[in-house]
Amino acid sequence: MSLTDAPRIVTARTDHDDSFTIERFLATGGYDGLKKALSMTPEAVCAEVDAASLLGRGGAGFPAGRKWSMLRKSDVAYLVINGDESEPATFKDHLLIERDPHQLVEGVVIASYALQVNQAFIFLRGEFALGLERVQAAVNDAYQHGALGANIFGSGFSLDIVVHPGAGAYICGEETALLESLEGKRGFPRIKPPFFPAAIGLYGEPTVVNNVETVSNLPWIISNGGAAFAALGGGRSTGTRLFALSGHVKNPGVFEIEMVKHTFRDLIYSPTLGGGVPGGREVKAIIPGGVSAPWFYPEHLDLPLGQDEVADAGSMLGSGSIVVMDSSTCMVRAAWRITRFFSRESCGQCTPCREGSGWLERVLYRLENGNGRMEDLDLLLDLCDNIAPGLTWPPQQTTICVLGPSIPSSIHSAISRFRDEFLLHIKEGACPYG
Amino acid sequence: MSYLTPDRRQRAEKTVALYPQARSALIPLCHIAQEQDGYLTQEAMVEVAALVGVTPAEVRGTATFYDMLHTEPVGSYLVGVCTNIACLLAGGDDLLAHAEAKLDVRAGGTTADGTFTLEETECLADCDVAPCVQVNHRFVRTTTPEALDALFAELRAGGRSDEIPTHGNLIRVQRTEGLKADAEVVAAERSVARAAQAARQNQESPK
Repeated sequence: MSLTDAPRIVTARTDHDDSFTIERFLATGGYDGLKKALSMTPEAVCAEVDAASLLGRGGAGFPAGRKWSMLRKSDVAYLVINGDESEPATFKDHLLIERDPHQLVEGVVIASYALQVNQAFIFLRGEFALGLERVQAAVNDAYQHGALGANIFGSGFSLDIVVHPGAGAYICGEETALLESLEGKRGFPRIKPPFFPAAIGLYGEPTVVNNVETVSNLPWIISNGGAAFAALGGGRSTGTRLFALSGHVKNPGVFEIEMVKHTFRDLIYSPTLGGGVPGGREVKAIIPGGVSAPWFYPEHLDLPLGQDEVADAGSMLGSGSIVVMDSSTCMVRAAWRITRFFSRESCGQCTPCREGSGWLERVLYRLENGNGRMEDLDLLLDLCDNIAPGLTWPPQQTTICVLGPSIPSSIHSAISRFRDEFLLHIKEGACPYG
Repeated sequence: MSYLTPDRRQRAEKTVALYPQARSALIPLCHIAQEQDGYLTQEAMVEVAALVGVTPAEVRGTATFYDMLHTEPVGSYLVGVCTNIACLLAGGDDLLAHAEAKLDVRAGGTTADGTFTLEETECLADCDVAPCVQVNHRFVRTTTPEALDALFAELRAGGRSDEIPTHGNLIRVQRTEGLKADAEVVAAERSVARAAQAARQNQESPK
């Protein structure tokens, strides 16, 4: 398995110990993309991003250019950056936030110029204490260098960026919950429609919400052209992407690789990437795109890492986080822990999600601890069916946001594939994995 | 008389001024208030409420939604051990059990001397160094029981106070610069840009 020699677009600096400093940033092409963007018309900047076919990197994979084009014309509009990275096993924005905050700020200014908004917010997970410090320092530096504030680089364009700390709630990664939180409220997702904050967003004004990795791509796209970005990858999945690999691999980490050109097997086994499964054990299951995604199995190892390729196989690439579970993993325990996460993080607005997640968690807990009953398997699936009717993928929705329909993924996957393991727990009255 | 110390009060007022609507500063202000006592006291919530123009009940109602905002006292060092999926696969449960035994508290509890509060956390987004441990929301990268014991001892002895301040995740976040144009200048700029854009306009405007 050979890796393509695609450039590292968003992690070009991260190997340097001082990658987060303004000195390193300026010495390595910092603000070049921004200066070029400011010499173009805003429409031309949007056109480059369209040409790049940049898909949003937050999880849903919506084309960034199309999202921008939906921004309702208004005297006041906002750009909000979603840096609330909380999907379990996703840690790629963490890298960009701590290791290259200036690139993020540059991307925010480019996006703001393209959208002609004068106020942007960078919403960061509250648990990123160091990340908050570094992004705020990068914002301070950008003001000092004239890359932010009044009349940026003499362009006649002004922008203010506020770095906003979250306070610990997974649901605030959902963009309308994030906006509620940014308005100083409980993180309750908003009722749809409107489906996009581009129509009604922060303070009721049109708002674009973009992910950290999405905007971190912009300096490179403007410097090198959208066509150069689109030449990488394949199909709808252009450019490179960060994959956060964790679980049972020898070398977990965040890897930037060209989209579509590599498979799950490449990522997990390549010596320069995951390095294989420890102890020579076999892959038992893979969570391909955050815990909201249905699981994959060894037969999916040769599937390319692309948005549509993964979707066509019945799951999603989501947030680009891939968890490997090897043959030593108890699948009942894994499903229980993921379900407990959803149960804890459900915001509580919708009955199917609030009540369903807790009920599912308790049933899974008793199964894992040897107190399960034969009828529990049907009960679990019936409960899941009440949250996401039909248990299809993509799921049907009975709730305001997609947290609810994400709950059945791991349970449905585990029972469908590892039913015997559930039965063994019931028969033996204990977890066979100890 | 302000309940918040003068420097915190000043930071709080500056923070409110950053936002188009004062209420947006509610959560940042809760973080600032929490640095003072480690948790949100009744007095702090009353002051935050006045600063952002809502009732104290709204501050409490909002704060209690969020895991990081505490309305009960916590220890000087908030130790979070993750047991979510990537950490589960790396033995997060065992590390948490070890921490519970070592500190003689259950997850959620505070040691008798008020030094440590132990929490079982959800994913902290540092899954390649699993199981993930944070102290006061800083990644300490102690994945073994031995390393965790050493860290506890060091913190008890007053070590690493520079690296890990007691309480608060914003304590070192200082906004030193800001927009140096008044709103009217920005509005004028905007109308110039708007006119230029309209002149170039060839596409239909969405409704």
